[in-house]
Amino acid sequence: MNPAQLYSQPAAYLVVAAFLLATGIFGLIRRRTLIGMLISGELIFAAASLNFMALNRFVAPDQSVGQIAVLFIMGLAAAEVAIALSIIIAVYRNYRSIVSKELNELNG
Amino acid sequence: MNSFPFSDWIVAAIFVTFIAITVTGALIAALTKRIIRSVCGLAICCLGLAGLYYFLNSPFLALMEILIYIGAVCVTIIFGVMLTEPDEPKPEQHTRPYPIISPIIAIAIAGGVFLGIAWLSLSVNWQAPAALTSDGSVKDIGIRLLTTYSVPFELISLVLLVAILGALVIARSGRTKE
Repeated sequence: MNPAQLYSQPAAYLVVAAFLLATGIFGLIRRRTLIGMLISGELIFAAASLNFMALNRFVAPDQSVGQIAVLFIMGLAAAEVAIALSIIIAVYRNYRSIVSKELNELNG
Repeated sequence: MNSFPFSDWIVAAIFVTFIAITVTGALIAALTKRIIRSVCGLAICCLGLAGLYYFLNSPFLALMEILIYIGAVCVTIIFGVMLTEPDEPKPEQHTRPYPIISPIIAIAIAGGVFLGIAWLSLSVNWQAPAALTSDGSVKDIGIRLLTTYSVPFELISLVLLVAILGALVIARSGRTKE
């Protein structure tokens, strides 16, 4: 494999996407605040988008479907961020904290 | 493309630079203690991703990535950071060996996922398609969005509307009580 042609190898993109997924999972486990976990979730979204784009470019005969799927993922990610941030602000107003360990009361 | 000397290597260097930007941004986003630096790491990561999308023959999605992720998502998260106090608390003192064991478990899970998927993607021989049925141009994407994928397109707009209304209701309801 010619190293100068690395950008035409699907494995390069897939390994980067796997790294993004692993970083997101690591952040979801290790972060103690809700916003940190939200950012890690965005990394996982990015990994999924990169996978879609790489397989769309190199494997699929139809070059448009993956791009449309990534556009939908971006829209869902934007909606998710809006909802999650409003929930976080509501939680902060009730608890004066968004540390996930302290959110241990239910109000039925 | 070969008219300029070393053009292949220049392109490869740009590609490796984008991968390095993506990986560095992801590491900053996941590892720093201050949340505002984590948001900046997410923005850097999305910048590198936009470059990778450009290499994947999709400049339209590269622009969309910068517009939506850096311009909208990161700015919205920064608003959330402004309205709360999101910095990571100091790890509390345990008598049991939690502070030693829990990062090791997290690194093991994340490393296992990364090594497994990376090994899988390196070991598969990816076959290029025999014939392309569409070229993936912006015109083709637009036509598909208004014909074949018109229902998901409309549903996305509905989801965004519901998300905006829900965000307003949830973020406002606590304020009226106090």
